[in-house]
Amino acid sequence: MTTTVITHSEMAVQRGLSRFISDMLVVTERNIIALVRIPQSLFFSSVQPIMFVLLFRYVFGGAIKVPGHSYVDFLMPGIFLQTVAFGSIGTAIGLAEDLQKGFIERFRSLPMARSAVLAGRTTADLIRNVGVLILITVVGVLVGFRIHAGIPAFICGLLLILLFAYALSWGFSIIGLLAPNTETAQVMSFPLLFPLTFASSAFVPVQSMPGWLQAFANNQPFSILVDAMRALSNGGPTSGYVIKSLIWSIGLLIVLAPVAARKFRKSL
Amino acid sequence: MSIAIEADELVKVFKGGIRAVDGLSLEVEAGTVFGLLGPNGAGKTTVVRILTTVFLPDSGKASVLGHDVVTDAEAVRANIGLAGQFAAVDENLTGLENLRMIGQLTRLGRKSAIERAAELLELFELADAAKRIAKTYSGGMRRRLDLAAALLHKPAVLFLDEPTSGLDPYSRQALWGVIEELVNEGTTVLLTTQYLEEADRLAKVLAVVDHGKVIAHGTPGELKATLGSTVIDLEMANNDAASRVSQLLVEKTGKQARLVGASVELPLEHGPSQVRELLEMMEAADLMPHRLNLREPSLDDVFLTLTGHMAEEPQEGVSK
Ligand SMILES: Nc1ncnc2c1ncn2[C@@H]1O[C@H](COP(=O)(O)OP(=O)(O)OP(=O)(O)O)[C@@H](O)[C@H]1O
Ligand SMILES: [Mg+2]
Repeated sequence: MTTTVITHSEMAVQRGLSRFISDMLVVTERNIIALVRIPQSLFFSSVQPIMFVLLFRYVFGGAIKVPGHSYVDFLMPGIFLQTVAFGSIGTAIGLAEDLQKGFIERFRSLPMARSAVLAGRTTADLIRNVGVLILITVVGVLVGFRIHAGIPAFICGLLLILLFAYALSWGFSIIGLLAPNTETAQVMSFPLLFPLTFASSAFVPVQSMPGWLQAFANNQPFSILVDAMRALSNGGPTSGYVIKSLIWSIGLLIVLAPVAARKFRKSL
Repeated sequence: MSIAIEADELVKVFKGGIRAVDGLSLEVEAGTVFGLLGPNGAGKTTVVRILTTVFLPDSGKASVLGHDVVTDAEAVRANIGLAGQFAAVDENLTGLENLRMIGQLTRLGRKSAIERAAELLELFELADAAKRIAKTYSGGMRRRLDLAAALLHKPAVLFLDEPTSGLDPYSRQALWGVIEELVNEGTTVLLTTQYLEEADRLAKVLAVVDHGKVIAHGTPGELKATLGSTVIDLEMANNDAASRVSQLLVEKTGKQARLVGASVELPLEHGPSQVRELLEMMEAADLMPHRLNLREPSLDDVFLTLTGHMAEEPQEGVSK
């Protein structure tokens, strides 16, 4: 074994976008492998949303009156959003764990693109969301969910949800970097997700809520995303919701990604 | 002699005003092993993290192979390997996957990363476990995997933070062999350790760190020589007698004796000639030892004499 001293100019050749992409892919691959091999994460990303589908479809659904279509058609867009939103807790937990276990320390001592750590984490979560959304769609269809607006519109809806989830992942990576350990990351995530998920149009019509809550529920991004998905799945006017959804998703991404990146540079 | 690692008046203050590193300077000659010794909380890990570009120092300068750790961190990272104090092994990946990933991130390319990983798994006697998920590894296996990860790109400078903690005596010896071989081939190694035997065997130069500063510095031989040629061990009848003797010794010699249970140890500046004087003194005080032993100073004596304590938090600085 001989040692090699790498010089400045050789480094420059390797620098830049290609290095970022190749590093990001390595980190993404690592996180995907972990996702598949950790039983808890498989459970939370697949079994739990299926249980929610069954719970609302067969237990609560009968008592909830919705205008227009059947409850399962009303429900599924809400389940899609809830699933990716709860999934983003995984981003926070995963990063907190990497920090706790000294993984981030090792990454920082490597000649890799530092930004690839967060980019790889959020990309892995995006890939997981694609898989989970397909799974939930299939389960939904099995319990009576039907797409009324056509497959292309439905797929556009899922893409909107994926974009929003991607922005959420960056947000939750901030929590992962702030939390001293995985448990705290989880505890910090729920108070944020619960009101946004349940005080929304995801499971019940907002009109059934008290007035003061309606004001929040109508204007918060989860409802807007669910309404957009619902329109793109069940039919009806879409453009208002879609544009608002895009604005929220892109806006959150533009704000949250740089904050996460800065927090990452300063963590440890 | 060329300098591979240089630190000049490094300072790192953590939240709450803890001055983990407080004006620390050191120089490591290329192609040698440099040992950092110090009690828990002395700041060793923090120094290693600054030198490996994990942390930014609050003030002071440091460079590795002439590359500044702050302004030229990229070049530093390309030339170093780090095995941190706590093995950074991904439990969900196999041993081979762990190394392959680190290899790719150190710019080896997938194919050469896999080849190099196989070589290192062999070297660290992990070849049989290469395809097993690291969750099933024992503590010592994780440690070895982590060390292998630091060597993937054959770095010119290697940082090992307590590399043999958690290793059995056999693996420890084997690792020492690996380190010696790397050094023979020109690698520079900075290691921290709690095992003074390890420092004695491997390090050409040692620095004893306490409260974030270097408090002594030199070859193992030089450091031992500072204690004189002889250490006297006295075994007393009971703890009480021992503490009275140690008090007596402080009064008469001005040196702090070390008290462990019923035994007292004292380095003798003037060598064995001092023994008679001490014995007469103890006889006069009716405190004769049960047993008496004279020996050469060890690095443990140096360490304990210099730091005077085993585990202590550093002083709180003035918080802003
Ligand atoms: N990230 C951190 N945030 C706050 N304080 C820290 C941090 N890391 C270390 N410290 C503090 O800095 C001091 C030095 O810690 P360091 O880990 O460098 O010591 P060490 O010499 O490596 O100790 P040990 O032998 O126990 O590994 C300790 O008081 C520790 O509590
Ligand atoms: Mg340490």
